Amino acid sequence: MTGTLTTTQMIFGRLTWDAFPWHEPIVVATFVGVVLGGAAVVAALTYFKLWGYLWKEWFTSVDHKKIGIMYMVLGLIMFLRGFADAIMMRGQQAMAFNGNEGYLNAHHYDQVFTAHGVIMIFFVAMPFVTGLMNYIVPLQIGARDVSFPFLNNFSFWMTAGGAVLVMASLFLGEFAQTGWLAYPPLSGLAYSPATGVDYYIWSLQVAGVGTTLSGINLLATIIKMRAPGMSLMKMPVFTWTSLCTNVLIVASFPILTATLVLLSLDRYAGTNFFTNDFGGNPMMYVNLIWIWGHPEVYILILPLFGVFSEVVSTFSGKRLFGYTSMVYATCTIMVLSYLVWLHHFFTMGSGASVNSFFGITTMIISIPTGAKLFNWLFTMYRGKIRYELPMMWAVAFMLTFTVGGMTGVMLAVPPADFVLHNSLFLIAHFHNVIIGGVLFGLFAAINYWWPKAFGYKLNQFWGHVSFWCWQVGFWLAFTPLYVMGLMGVTRRMRVFDDPSLQKWFIIAAIGAVIIAAGIGAMLVQFAVSIWKRDEYKVEGDPWDARTLEWATSSPPPEYNFAFTPVIYDADSWADMKKHGYQRPLSGYQAIHMPSSTGTGVILAGLATLCGFALIWYIWWLAGLSFLGLVGVAIFHTFNYKRDYYIPADVVTRTEEERTRILAAGV
Amino acid sequence: MSSATAPTEPRVYHLPEEPHLHEGHSTSLGFWMYLMSDCLIFAILFATYAVLGGSFAGGPGPKDLFDLPLIALNTAMLLFSSITYGFAMLAMEKNKVSATQGWLFVTLLFGGAFLFIELYEFSHLIHEGAGPWRSAFLSSFFTLVGTHGLHVTFGSIWLITLMVQVAKKGLIPANKRRLMCLSMFWHFLDVIWIGVFTFVYLMGVLR
Repeated sequence: MTGTLTTTQMIFGRLTWDAFPWHEPIVVATFVGVVLGGAAVVAALTYFKLWGYLWKEWFTSVDHKKIGIMYMVLGLIMFLRGFADAIMMRGQQAMAFNGNEGYLNAHHYDQVFTAHGVIMIFFVAMPFVTGLMNYIVPLQIGARDVSFPFLNNFSFWMTAGGAVLVMASLFLGEFAQTGWLAYPPLSGLAYSPATGVDYYIWSLQVAGVGTTLSGINLLATIIKMRAPGMSLMKMPVFTWTSLCTNVLIVASFPILTATLVLLSLDRYAGTNFFTNDFGGNPMMYVNLIWIWGHPEVYILILPLFGVFSEVVSTFSGKRLFGYTSMVYATCTIMVLSYLVWLHHFFTMGSGASVNSFFGITTMIISIPTGAKLFNWLFTMYRGKIRYELPMMWAVAFMLTFTVGGMTGVMLAVPPADFVLHNSLFLIAHFHNVIIGGVLFGLFAAINYWWPKAFGYKLNQFWGHVSFWCWQVGFWLAFTPLYVMGLMGVTRRMRVFDDPSLQKWFIIAAIGAVIIAAGIGAMLVQFAVSIWKRDEYKVEGDPWDARTLEWATSSPPPEYNFAFTPVIYDADSWADMKKHGYQRPLSGYQAIHMPSSTGTGVILAGLATLCGFALIWYIWWLAGLSFLGLVGVAIFHTFNYKRDYYIPADVVTRTEEERTRILAAGV
Repeated sequence: MSSATAPTEPRVYHLPEEPHLHEGHSTSLGFWMYLMSDCLIFAILFATYAVLGGSFAGGPGPKDLFDLPLIALNTAMLLFSSITYGFAMLAMEKNKVSATQGWLFVTLLFGGAFLFIELYEFSHLIHEGAGPWRSAFLSSFFTLVGTHGLHVTFGSIWLITLMVQVAKKGLIPANKRRLMCLSMFWHFLDVIWIGVFTFVYLMGVLR
């Protein structure tokens, strides 16, 4: 930054031809693949004249259902990227013995494990969970949309913008080599001078704005927009867990934002928050990031606890056992999740009393979680259980998650943690809960609500293939990590000296390949189901479900419910069916809805551009895009007309169409 | 409890008339939640200052740097701006457009004066060699106070925008709602400043 800048540097900052990793054949090949694939997609969209349709019906849509689906698509795409990183690591570690360096150099390998963590948490689990809440919550509470529909669209595009930055780092410059939480001083300018950590910071900042705003949005929606009669204790459990999740989002993402701001000031403005000298304190960062990071864990898992509650009670044909205790357990977990952050670094040396406090609070969390498990088991007890795909995932979750939870309690014992800290045991533990909890929950949710969103069921055969591949693959991939962790093998290693470990890594790699087959089977499942969608067609309520979202048609009309529903029970749809509810056939009225707008896309695009410019020190572009951001935001506030009415005759036509289908008796 | 009702009893499961949620029904709640999330950002900056505020790294400390009379003047500017914003809201309640605009303008002037004095203070400190890179104490000081200042800056831009919108459309419900949100924002920044004044400046000089 010192000395005279050449004109090229003024225009392009530190972006040069060398930013492209010419010397990394793996990346170059990936790049060629992405370019060809991308060109094919663009060509296909252009050929079939789909751009206008996508822009009008999807990108600019403020419909919570469409935004929810877009989140899920984003999560799925990023999942494939994150998994590619995973299987690369497994391959590397299985090979790199007896002087063999494997096929990834240190520079590349360190980026791979960082990107894997960042992508899987921020751009897979978060979009999946947010998408799910976006789609389901308004339907479950009988609302027509969320509180702030425009903000919802903007939030999605900010998340997508963050994902674009992460993906850009693959081909322009590099990604962080610091591990997924970028601890200083390693992530400081002195040790990471290149673009990696800057990509990390700005992708998370851009996406973080989206996440915080969507948290506020869903919170306001749940508090303000519930159908008449739905008191808090009559909310479906998924809505309850979403409520707690969004409280956690609003109360923890600002901490991440502030922490990353401090790190970026260290990197850009030369401040000394986390540096080794001038009074900086790197452990401050570790504390701050985990004050966000631990609630984040529960942001990911709580909504899926809600999913399992819905799935287990539906497929057991029974009301959920212990609804009230479920709600209290969720709220308890929500509060406790703020009191455990230090268990991520017992080895910091904060002394016996501090470590004991955080060890005990951590163990206490297992109590409400255990209560939930018993509630699910008692729901199944004497139920008429139907082992459809969602229920299979739910049972697999209960088995897997319990093991993961127990190894978590082991890690919560500070003296044990001194041995297990940063070992593969930890890696096995958190994959055990995140895959066994979050991912299995998402697969349950996708299989459960796919018919809701699209009007046809998913193929069973390929679903079973995927399910069993995942089960076998998961245990093969992670049991060896438990074993090696107990032997003291540390995480993030690229090569190994001890040849006796190789067999374990080979088993783990085989597990990863079987998981890959599971993912492949899932993609085939989607493709086959879309292909044969007429064959799998269903009407509104294919599972004999219990909550309100199943009361309307599948897929739901734009306005969700022709009439605002009235609620008498937590299982409101089961209650309606029990009382012989008759769908009203006349008296439709015009419905007030929010209008689409392209402003969200433009704003998020400018924010992403600004982030990109800051990463590459292209100051003029950063300034310009930021000014543009403020300008467009102000301009948008001059638009006072943001809603429209769906005319009564359109509603009548839509509903009569459904009456006809129902009468045909599908 | 509801299961006690006989299944035969007819129940109404939908509202025959479309309920009219008034526009902006969630805005103040949503804005409150935004403010609380913003409050957490300040909480982190305060906590950082609490941890690092004594790390002078051999450089100057609060006693050497803070000019309390100037800060008192600055505090007065911000507090006055809060009062005048209050007057603007009172005028708004009475639907007096020009009085509202007048008080908003006065608020803007006070806000501008606050920012001007703050920038003067910052440039003075940097000139004396006490820039944010000098020590962890100064890093956390500049970041906390600067983040507040940045908020006032964006509040002022928002204020100007709203004055234009009130001039164009008058005190329609949408504009009133927006003025109410900015009012909460502006007073929130006041509360934060009281914290800054107490913990950073007053207690800093005592330290």
